[in-house]
Amino acid sequence: MFDAATAPLVQVDGLKMYFPIYSGILRRHTGNVKAVDGVSFDIQAGETLGLVGESGCGKSTVGRALLRLYEPTAGAVVIEGEDIAKLTPEALRRKRPTMQMVFQDPQASLNPRMTLADIISEPLIEHTNWNADRRLERVYELMDAVGLNRRFANRFPHEFSGGQRQRIGIARALALNPKFIVCDEPIAALDVSIQAQVVNLLEDLQEKLGLTYLFISHDLSMVRHIADRVAVMYLGRIAELSPRDALFAKPLHPYAEALLSAVNEPDPSLARRPRIILKGDVPSPARPPKGCNFSTRCPKAFARCHEEKPELQEVEPGRHVACFLYASQTGSTGTLEAKEHIQQGEYK
Amino acid sequence: MPDRAAPVLDVKGLKTVFRTRGGEIHAVNDVSFHLERGELLGVVGESGSGKSVTMMSLIGLLPSPPAEIRSGSVMLGDLDLLKITPEQLRNVRGDKVGFIFQDPMTSLNPVFNIGFQIAEPLRRHMGMNKAQAKARAVELLELVGIPDAAKRLGDYPHQFSGGMRQRVMIAIALACDPDVLIADEPTTALDVTIQAQILELVKELRVKLGMAIIWITHDLGVIAAIADRVMVMYGGQIVEQAPVKDLFANPQHPYTRALLKTIPSLTGVREKRLQVIEGQPPIMTTAPSACAFRARCTHAFDRCEVENPKRHGIDRLPLGQGHDVACHWVAAPVSAETAHV
Ligand SMILES: Nc1ncnc2c1ncn2[C@@H]1O[C@H](COP(=O)(O)OP(=O)(O)OP(=O)(O)O)[C@@H](O)[C@H]1O
Ligand SMILES: Nc1ncnc2c1ncn2[C@@H]1O[C@H](COP(=O)(O)OP(=O)(O)OP(=O)(O)O)[C@@H](O)[C@H]1O
Ligand code: SF4
Ligand SMILES: [Mg+2]
Ligand SMILES: [Mg+2]
Repeated sequence: MFDAATAPLVQVDGLKMYFPIYSGILRRHTGNVKAVDGVSFDIQAGETLGLVGESGCGKSTVGRALLRLYEPTAGAVVIEGEDIAKLTPEALRRKRPTMQMVFQDPQASLNPRMTLADIISEPLIEHTNWNADRRLERVYELMDAVGLNRRFANRFPHEFSGGQRQRIGIARALALNPKFIVCDEPIAALDVSIQAQVVNLLEDLQEKLGLTYLFISHDLSMVRHIADRVAVMYLGRIAELSPRDALFAKPLHPYAEALLSAVNEPDPSLARRPRIILKGDVPSPARPPKGCNFSTRCPKAFARCHEEKPELQEVEPGRHVACFLYASQTGSTGTLEAKEHIQQGEYK
Repeated sequence: MPDRAAPVLDVKGLKTVFRTRGGEIHAVNDVSFHLERGELLGVVGESGSGKSVTMMSLIGLLPSPPAEIRSGSVMLGDLDLLKITPEQLRNVRGDKVGFIFQDPMTSLNPVFNIGFQIAEPLRRHMGMNKAQAKARAVELLELVGIPDAAKRLGDYPHQFSGGMRQRVMIAIALACDPDVLIADEPTTALDVTIQAQILELVKELRVKLGMAIIWITHDLGVIAAIADRVMVMYGGQIVEQAPVKDLFANPQHPYTRALLKTIPSLTGVREKRLQVIEGQPPIMTTAPSACAFRARCTHAFDRCEVENPKRHGIDRLPLGQGHDVACHWVAAPVSAETAHV
């Protein structure tokens, strides 16, 4: 499906995105929402990386920071060899066509006063000097590609169903032949019966055009269907990053394990199995716990988890986990160093 | 366990129509079902299929106009909820029937603290005094797993997380020990790990309090996990009804069959391509005179165009007791074993 030997299309290293909190009458800067707090991963050309995790864990923020719709607080986002985070506005404008986004709510992301043809040709007007005929030709081509009838070109968004509106959003994202598309919950707003249509379309387009996807979703069974590898996020950090089959067969991180166990299979005999029920609520990203971000709810937490933050480490070939349960498997030095850290901490 | 003898709730021939400027919308078309004591009835169906409107019709929560209940009876014990006065209905809602809405933020009142919102129905319907109501409110919040319940009575809805607000809603719905709890997509907005907490709680409460529950959701996984019996709605009608195991093992209606196939599995074989249901849900501008699913149905034939299929049992049990389906293509009991495998 993708060639692991070549350099990844997308390389994210130590990405942080903090949102400042201002409070009091003087609107003083009193803290930060650490929406994304040190996230690193690669995506190979032609690959689909799934990004899952609970609401508010920072998935959308990662997607937006990757395309520099936000100015990241720290870290590098290298797409095709260029660090997006450092590009000048003009260089960024030239880079834009290669990276696009499909949004969760097709209704809200489409201008209700523009026709379908206007919406799809908007990026063409901005980034090409094509004349109207050439643009319309491309609009028709894109409508064919996403399965929208050409006769609909002059209709307005409200005249379409949810699934059709999502197709419009996808057509617009494809207009400039992007290589990389961030799909942020592209099916969450759609009825179950329509979701499969959109997912099949995304897969067909990937095959035809060699697209690379970051597929953000909270629907784990859909992620299992579409993704090659999956990153599980919790409170601004990646808990586990593993190949799809390995993750679903045996999640390593305790959060990934709880998450998968909580999913209800549409099958009464499977859905009634015992599951891991977590206690407590997700902490606020403005006040993450001192130790591991999952330590307040983790059924397996031990003393060290409440003191230090585990880093994402490769614990099996291709499988990356941020959890001290796996620290011993990474070689003795890692554990020793960690021990020293704890001791230094105690003496301070 | 369900008690065949006396249903707590018995709905017959319910029809609800909206009169809008663009004409009529026939949202609920001749819906009949019953609910047994201690039973959990799951309701599934496409967006717009009439799940919420059906349940809101039962307990007089639809604004009229535009809503108009054209016919039917809703028996709660020997009270017909469609015939009683608004005052009586209000009492039924606080006392006998609890309701959890689709969106907890819009149904909790942002200007009152949580303690007040739980205690108020207790004082009104159960005649408790202030101290009693407060003690019971703490008990209820603890029951739904809100830590430090006594300290949180004075907090306002925005001070709780989404999952906690949902649990507060459940606490309010449970306040007066209702016979029937109607939960409309109560966990849709929640994360799966929080959802699992709530489902566990509901199962527990059902055993403890013996409540009958109607649970609306589009998530077939949730239905598989908690329902005893399932109703599938399409175009404002019940198109299939069965005990949960039969529905998943042996779905009959083409819509149910297709729906079950569109969902990728978490553990089974990974399918290369997802099955889809082509086309759009119908807009019901008139009472149905043909099968509402015909335009999207792969099995439709001429009869489906001219006659709205009636529900018929596939197992010789009375309607509502066994497995029934409204489809011309699905044969009647005689040949049920051999038909369409
Ligand atoms: N512009 C912003 N200003 C301040 N805080 C923000 C902003 N955008 C996001 N946040 C916060 O950052 C955190 C992560 O938000 P994000 O939208 O990335 O979550 P998510 O994982 O996409 O959640 P969901 O599944 O609900 O879409 C949340 O706590 C959110 O409240
Ligand atoms: N106030 C209203 N005025 C006019 N039509 C309405 C009104 N409320 C609901 N409807 C229509 O009634 C039909 C049934 O709606 P209902 O809300 O019961 O669907 P649902 O099955 O609960 O869907 P969902 O899964 O999206 O909640 C829909 O066609 C809807 O558009
Ligand atoms: S590091 Fe500790 S607290 Fe964090 S997930 Fe692993 S075991 Fe749990
Ligand atoms: Mg998001
Ligand atoms: Mg509804």
